[in-house]
Amino acid sequence: MDPERNSTTLLHRGRRFDVPAGSTLRDAIRKVGLSPEAVLATQNGELITDDRILKPGEEIRLVAVISGG
Amino acid sequence: MKCRKCGAPAAINMREHKLALCREHFLEWIPEQTERAIHHYRMVERGEKILVAVSGGKDSLSLWDVLHRLGYAADGLYIDLGIDEGIAYSSKSRAFCEQFAARQGLTLRVVSVPETYGRSIAEATRLSTRGRKKPCSICGLVKRHIMNRVGREQGYAALATGHNLDDEAAVLLHNAMTWSGGYLVRQGPVLPASRPGLGRKVKPLCRIYERETAAYALMRGIDYIYEECPFSVGSSTLYYKDVLNRLEEDRPGAKLQFYLSFLQAKDGGLFALNASGEAELHDCVTCGQPTSAPGKCAFCRLWDSLAPALPLPQDGLREGDGGQGEMGS
Repeated sequence: MDPERNSTTLLHRGRRFDVPAGSTLRDAIRKVGLSPEAVLATQNGELITDDRILKPGEEIRLVAVISGG
Repeated sequence: MKCRKCGAPAAINMREHKLALCREHFLEWIPEQTERAIHHYRMVERGEKILVAVSGGKDSLSLWDVLHRLGYAADGLYIDLGIDEGIAYSSKSRAFCEQFAARQGLTLRVVSVPETYGRSIAEATRLSTRGRKKPCSICGLVKRHIMNRVGREQGYAALATGHNLDDEAAVLLHNAMTWSGGYLVRQGPVLPASRPGLGRKVKPLCRIYERETAAYALMRGIDYIYEECPFSVGSSTLYYKDVLNRLEEDRPGAKLQFYLSFLQAKDGGLFALNASGEAELHDCVTCGQPTSAPGKCAFCRLWDSLAPALPLPQDGLREGDGGQGEMGS
């Protein structure tokens, strides 16, 4: 089975992460080493909540929200 | 997840409030919460002139947007720090501020540090011992000096900054780690004016999570600079925010509780001023701004140390009316 067809892509600051579809977005964010508290997720320009169950083939952009200095 | 108010698909879930909202209701909620904080902490009265320090980032532009929508008389102040570092950071962030002001028809005041004071922040950090170790400390000093100067010269009742709850909680944790009593006793949503003619400093977004100010900017369609300031890499603020977010993941509301219970404890007298009260303030012999020690203030001492010394001009303020072009003042 083609793994890409069963995965969802997360985009964050120029990086791509392929994560298994079927998990929640919140779990997937944690799995790639990010904090769900430090990002917002958008799809097609709209914000989505992180309880969303990921579907195969979809692409979600994670917007970093923490700045410092 | 559904919006608690209307049942439409939620755009954001605020776990600390157990509240999910759709775009429409979130865009109402943020101004409502900001207004509540303004009243609760008696930050400003309607009709008072407010100067909003804008950096081109999500927090300060969101704050300016919210204050304007709430009907406050708020002008913007952009301080061009002259930070390039290969990514044209300052010119990009300035362009976001000018674009926002032009779209909303608001007044943006601009002070260019290199043009006014002869050195950019990037140069100052390289030339001073303090800057090489702590560029953010130099930047903060310069920004405070300029905000005070413009606020005083232009007669603003209050200086508003876009500090959000994550900023406040990170500073609080930093100061609590070292029990910096002097800083802890002064931290709060309002810093009263220390001198006649100086505006008070207010933080209307202090109870709103950084994630939510970013969501507000995105939903409202406010364009802001997404890149990080190149000097903030490895800053202690980012470190403490990360620590607090790990706590927040396990205990939703931990950051809010940390900050609000601190304010409550402070109000209850947990932290006391020294027996002598507030330190006596003097006028800087060069610029006239308040300073804790007689002689020159920290800003003027810093600038003197950047050899060869350049004279400090008295007038570096330019005013743009809605970004429609700039006028000398």
